[in-house]
Amino acid sequence: MSDAHGAHAHGPTSFWRKYVFSTDHKVIGLQYMITAMVFLMIGFCLMLLMRWQLAWPGAPIPFFGRLFPADLAPNGVMSGEFYNQLGAMHGTIMVFLGIVPFAVGGYGNYVLPLQIGAPDMAFPRLNMASYWLFLVGGVVMLSSFLMPGGAAQSGWTSYPPLAVINPGQTVWLLSMVVIITSSLLGAINFLVTAANMRAPGMTLWRMPVFCWSELVASVLLLLAFPPLEAAAVLELMDRVFHTSFYMPAGLFVLGHPIHVSGGGQPLLWEHLFWFLAHPEVYVLVLPPMGIVAEIIANNTRKPLHGYKTIVWSMIAIGVMSFIVWAHHMFISGMSPALSNFFLVTTMIISVPSVAILTCLIFSLKGGSIRFTTPMLYALAFLPLFGIGGLTGLPLGLTVTDIYLHDTYYVIGHFHFVVVTGSILALLGGTYHWFPKWFGRKMNDTLGKIHFWGSVICMIGVFAPMFPMGLAGASRRLYDPTAQVHNLVVQPLNVVSTVFAYGLFLFQLPFIWNFFHSMFRGEKAEENPWQATTLEWACPSPPPHGNFEKTPHVRRGPYEYSAPGRKTDYWPQGDPA
Amino acid sequence: MNNIYGYGLPVAASTYASKIDFGIWLIHAAMITIFVLWSIFFAYLLIKYRRRPGVPARREEHSGELASLMPDIVVMLFEIGLIVFYAIPVWGKIKMTLPPARDSVLVNVEAEQFAWNVHYPGPDGKFGATKESLIRFSNPIGLDSSDPAAADDVVVANELHLPVGKPALIHLTSLDVIHDFFVPAFRIKQDIVPGMDIPIWITPTRVGHYELACAQLCGFGHSLMRGDVYVQSQADYDAWLKSRAAAKPKTAPATEGF
Amino acid sequence: MTTTAATANPDTHTGITNAKLGVWLFLCSEVMLFATLFTTYIVLRLSATTWPWGWDALNVPLGTLNTAILITSSVTIVMAYARAYDKDLKGFRFWMAATLFLSFAFLVVKGFEYHGEFSKGIWPSTSVFYATYFTLTGLHACHIIGGIIVNSTLLRMSYKKECWEHPLFLGRVEGAGLYWHFVDIVWIFLFPALYLI
Repeated sequence: MSDAHGAHAHGPTSFWRKYVFSTDHKVIGLQYMITAMVFLMIGFCLMLLMRWQLAWPGAPIPFFGRLFPADLAPNGVMSGEFYNQLGAMHGTIMVFLGIVPFAVGGYGNYVLPLQIGAPDMAFPRLNMASYWLFLVGGVVMLSSFLMPGGAAQSGWTSYPPLAVINPGQTVWLLSMVVIITSSLLGAINFLVTAANMRAPGMTLWRMPVFCWSELVASVLLLLAFPPLEAAAVLELMDRVFHTSFYMPAGLFVLGHPIHVSGGGQPLLWEHLFWFLAHPEVYVLVLPPMGIVAEIIANNTRKPLHGYKTIVWSMIAIGVMSFIVWAHHMFISGMSPALSNFFLVTTMIISVPSVAILTCLIFSLKGGSIRFTTPMLYALAFLPLFGIGGLTGLPLGLTVTDIYLHDTYYVIGHFHFVVVTGSILALLGGTYHWFPKWFGRKMNDTLGKIHFWGSVICMIGVFAPMFPMGLAGASRRLYDPTAQVHNLVVQPLNVVSTVFAYGLFLFQLPFIWNFFHSMFRGEKAEENPWQATTLEWACPSPPPHGNFEKTPHVRRGPYEYSAPGRKTDYWPQGDPA
Repeated sequence: MNNIYGYGLPVAASTYASKIDFGIWLIHAAMITIFVLWSIFFAYLLIKYRRRPGVPARREEHSGELASLMPDIVVMLFEIGLIVFYAIPVWGKIKMTLPPARDSVLVNVEAEQFAWNVHYPGPDGKFGATKESLIRFSNPIGLDSSDPAAADDVVVANELHLPVGKPALIHLTSLDVIHDFFVPAFRIKQDIVPGMDIPIWITPTRVGHYELACAQLCGFGHSLMRGDVYVQSQADYDAWLKSRAAAKPKTAPATEGF
Repeated sequence: MTTTAATANPDTHTGITNAKLGVWLFLCSEVMLFATLFTTYIVLRLSATTWPWGWDALNVPLGTLNTAILITSSVTIVMAYARAYDKDLKGFRFWMAATLFLSFAFLVVKGFEYHGEFSKGIWPSTSVFYATYFTLTGLHACHIIGGIIVNSTLLRMSYKKECWEHPLFLGRVEGAGLYWHFVDIVWIFLFPALYLI
């Protein structure tokens, strides 16, 4: 792939140092991305199994059913324990091993140093360490399926006391500690890189929106993850040393008393968990927003509307996200008076989110819109993420949340945010930056098939969840038909499942396109999209050390269609 | 129960159900309006500003910053209205005030994996004492039969009977893990946390047979954790309570093991 | 390594070296970690029906000794930095070794303390108080071990000429010193919270 440039600078030449134990941010970025894609696919497949059980409860799983051990799937029929394992692992894998490493570890690593004109990350060896910690954590997490007692089965939220008494949780907690450590190292690295390593002339207000989004996400990771790490250590103590941080006295499980000293509080875990997990949502969402902003500016051929508004909104979201966590806990049994406070902060945080979306739409005005494949993803992001945002409103409002909490409405809401929002943007980013990564373009026709198939199927999977939630169908039910009030809306579960299988099929062209184009795709030059930001000013793929000589930045990131110029783009590093 | 559930919200069968439904429909009306207007604008932009040969992008064709903040201002005003006039007052009424105990039907509900134990004080209106050491399969709440107040107590599994039109004050406790008391027709949902005693109240407005379900993942049998709610006329309810109190063995066998 | 050239460049936007900025950010996340643990301590203590008084439940003399040891070690690591600043190799080695000796002494005293409790049949599962005590002091001890690894690496590096004369060496000592002070400060909070009040 990069043989032409491999000898450039003083990069390592042995295969192992160059592609496996590399300290080059670009190799680490691709390692992160490909690993995260594999984890996303695994997490998705777990969900496909669950969707079978949800659509046709009690029916044996075709083809694969017999492959599972008899205690997990007797006669090919999924058991309740197995269903709960799949559910907990689906959530954990998608969030902690899929989207965050994809968006932050992958795109952040590859694109951020290039966009600010740095030769590498600030701490290349630390960067390698965080990738390998992430991989080890992820593999340990997956291996928990093979351990006695199986994988964690208390939901990705791991509420005690269930998580303390259920089998499988210890491995989950241990691998979470490893993954969190990896994220912390990564976050420190991004912050130092963005603070110190910018090319001359690259002031903060000349940084592309994507860099800002990674910066805010890194601050969130840095400050929100340690509380979960502490909480996980305490839950580990409860499980391994039988302490009572989260365990009240006098519990009986299936008629048997649990002998612990008591004095702990289950709600303490919920507070600590959501103190992380709400900022985490913005870690999932902000970098994709940044990607969408890049693609939109490039394909409308004009500057973003309200660049500073977008950046300030992202910062505001980052700050506010630390004081909204308990809107996940309106009916958890915490003081109802507290709910009013979190209701108000939740409504406040919606304001900057609306501002970002509005700016992105207004950016289309006056443009000359090219409907390239990445642009299709960016455009689809806008209305679909909008649905995700709007449906958050009845959930963030205390009164309506009483009814909608923990129903399929919640599932629909956050999947619209995270799947048709984040994942769509991440896929769009792949089509956008692929020429930079490999010096070749992805196939356009296959990209469009992938796009339309994915978008239609995603809507088909998640839209039926809103009427289901309104009818009162709860989430995390192994057998939805066991409850009478779910029976009427059960056909919607079948619809969801059919579209989920369709979504799987439409990923196949993408996988083929990705690997085929890597070697056989149409050759791309340095700047195939006629873009302005710095990553397009170095060769594709960039050599070790990135820039042949340190770029000097002379203007803002989105100088498209500047009056009085021959071309409609004016790269940041071009001499005046 | 077939005419109670369907597409859309289930039948509203408690005094505050209609208040919650009002919020849900209002927000959905607003959401759909916003989304439709917004989609029209979006489609208009895509068509008008598509790439055409010879037509360059015009960067001066920006609306002012203020115009782009208009949607924000509209959304913010709507949200402030919702908070001040709807969410805070209604929330205060549902979750922060309780009916006086002497005018209410008193019930203790103790959740365990995967059943609901419903404890009525019986005709004397006093709950018998419960002790952890007495918890058995046959006595899931550990009712102390030596307590005179316990003599007429009624304990039933997975069945909740309530008289129509009278507030019920329900104390929720859990024996093992976090459960959630959810009756869709009443629009009530409340987590039940072990180590805590959480009171809720309901005034049923409609005689009927409804479903009680656990809404918080509580283990492998979570989806099976359901119960039946019977809202009856006061007379039917009294008759039921009396028959249960009479049918109960006077002394629970104290030595029964598992 | 081409990459060290980038790291070594002191001409940064913030005027602070990468390593120093990185250590400070790491300490920010550490503050969040221990803040969470202290919050847990406060929440559990406020809701507890009984909470033993540290004087009755723990070995206060040994705890006091450990406090003195750690505070002294903070002084010795500052001395080590000052010697490194003056390019005094022998002085640096002496004070760094003293710091390492004190950190091992801390762990040994801690070991005696734990042993005393275990021999009385006291375990983390005995009560929430002991759970908090063992978890907080245990995590703190892990941080001490981390500090020992960093400090002994620096001491070993000072025996290699190219490391000792490396322009970044002083910055590394400074980073280790910042971290060590943080570990010290955590103990200054832990000691009264668990042993005295």
